Amino acid sequence: MAQRIDIKDLDVYYGSFRAVADVGMTIEPRSITALIGPSGCGKSTFLRTLNRMHEVIPGARVQGTVLMDGVDLYGSGVDPVAVRRQVGMVFQRPNPFPTMSIAENVLAGVKLNNRRISKGDANDLVESSLRGANLWNEVKDRLDRPGSSLSGGQQQRLCIARAIAVKPQVLLMDEPCSALDPISTLAIEDLMAELKDDYTIVIVTHNMQQAARVSDRTAFFTIEGTGKPGRLVEMDDTRTMFSTPTQQATEDYISGRFG
Amino acid sequence: MSSSTPRLVRTAQSDPVPPAADRADPTGPADAAGPTTPRTTPNENGDPGRTGTRARPDVAGRLFAMTATGAGATILVVLAAVAVFLVLRAWPAMTASAEELSEGIQWFPEGQTLLGFVGPLIFGTVLAAVIALVIAVPLAVGIALFTSHYAPRRIASGLGYVVDLLAAIPSVVYGLWGVVWLAPRLYPVWTWLADNLGWIPLFAGPASQPPRTVMTVGVVLAVMILPIITAVSREVFLQTPRLHEEAALALGATRWEMVRMAVLPFGRSGLISASMLGLGRALGETMAVLMILSPGFTYAFELLQAGRHQTIAANIANQFPEANPLGVSTLIATGLALFVITLAVNMAARWVVSRRKDFSGAN
Repeated sequence: MAQRIDIKDLDVYYGSFRAVADVGMTIEPRSITALIGPSGCGKSTFLRTLNRMHEVIPGARVQGTVLMDGVDLYGSGVDPVAVRRQVGMVFQRPNPFPTMSIAENVLAGVKLNNRRISKGDANDLVESSLRGANLWNEVKDRLDRPGSSLSGGQQQRLCIARAIAVKPQVLLMDEPCSALDPISTLAIEDLMAELKDDYTIVIVTHNMQQAARVSDRTAFFTIEGTGKPGRLVEMDDTRTMFSTPTQQATEDYISGRFG
Repeated sequence: MSSSTPRLVRTAQSDPVPPAADRADPTGPADAAGPTTPRTTPNENGDPGRTGTRARPDVAGRLFAMTATGAGATILVVLAAVAVFLVLRAWPAMTASAEELSEGIQWFPEGQTLLGFVGPLIFGTVLAAVIALVIAVPLAVGIALFTSHYAPRRIASGLGYVVDLLAAIPSVVYGLWGVVWLAPRLYPVWTWLADNLGWIPLFAGPASQPPRTVMTVGVVLAVMILPIITAVSREVFLQTPRLHEEAALALGATRWEMVRMAVLPFGRSGLISASMLGLGRALGETMAVLMILSPGFTYAFELLQAGRHQTIAANIANQFPEANPLGVSTLIATGLALFVITLAVNMAARWVVSRRKDFSGAN
């Protein structure tokens, strides 16, 4: 179910402001790709173009192509709603629906895709998704409690369970651990290592150790100055990126001399 | 260190805003004295050289606490004063026998007890208000959602302005408009309803002409309470955390599904509060009802027939100028009934909201 993503000549605009320029990369299926770079370099913006979530912001638009298994996500006739059902997303801050129980949160996306689901199937799906997110043992006795009653790390895993319950092709994670403590972060990182057997994962992170720990490939974005667009500097295997990057800018950034 | 200590002290003392949850609570203002308590902070910091900061009295904080407590207490005092007035002045009528009432008051129905008199009035009042709510709430939610989540910003602000203008129209003008303009135009609608849906007891014909009926009153009341419900629910819908909206969209929700998943559940309690504000206005509206409704004192469910219903407020306004002391007391007793209904409705609404408190997203 995991799919390869090919991005070619991608520019992202907010109105007339070009936020990201000339990005081209290939994201391999069943792997974790980390996007790193200083604040404001456009890596989150770029991530959101992969499921067309940037369109939520008025005036945001994209030029270029994003091919998912050969299908252009920005082709005419492609419904952004359908794209988002294929490409799940986990946000910086945990955002379970506060008005729904834990079980309802897991099923939220499924109920959109497929309104009729038998009670037995629903229960099975809740369990398998929560197990997939390493949360089942902690919440199995209180599935009818509100999602907001959980700790931050548990909430984030609930959001991951909600995202994988719809069986997406790709999972996007926008700094998923930045609001979590180290132990919860570790739990999420372990989970990512398991999930990459089934999903294509793209993660934005500010934490370079995290990128080095979890990802297979790393892409480094940077920005030349205020008002300039963010650009992809280089992308390579994570090991290479953190040992022998080809670009000076990358080396400066990962060695802490910049950003 | 020495530079950071005074700052710590000041933030601890000059943070008199209680958390949002406390402010919504009627007992909140009494707690407002709380923020002055962290005065011991400098001591705990163990910085004896800086005891001067501890001695400085927090005048602004005290003043704020006193003002807030006073404001909170004023509400309670006013409420109690109204309740006491109503009970005291209604007492003569409540203790009078049926004969005394029908002999002493010219317009009092023959052989009727006070309860028998108030009952149809309560019924009429609640009926008119419920019709108004049934019409206004869906419309208000629609307008609020349109302005908060669908319309382009320019149209949205224009529409919001127009809706707010509706609230500024005096009720006597609504009454005039209802009688002179709206009622004749509603007549064909009511006739159609009676002809086609007459088998539902609510719409049993014949539709009265002129339609000075509780249904027409309900429509006018709906227009009158529309602005307050719309304005409050629009503000609540706009408060929906972007995170929750994006969570729904990222799951592949359409705009309407996002509204149902994130916006409406989040705004539920606010919507109930807004409806209660509207209901309060509809229950107490006097002038428009007085001008439109042809009064009657029955428990009739036939909404399209005139001369069947009357509301408490309109009845008071109608009879008060010519009432003798016992008559005034009777009218005040009906006012007391209205007061109790309003309290009961508000308490019920609070209960509905608090029942799913854990799921409100406030925690």
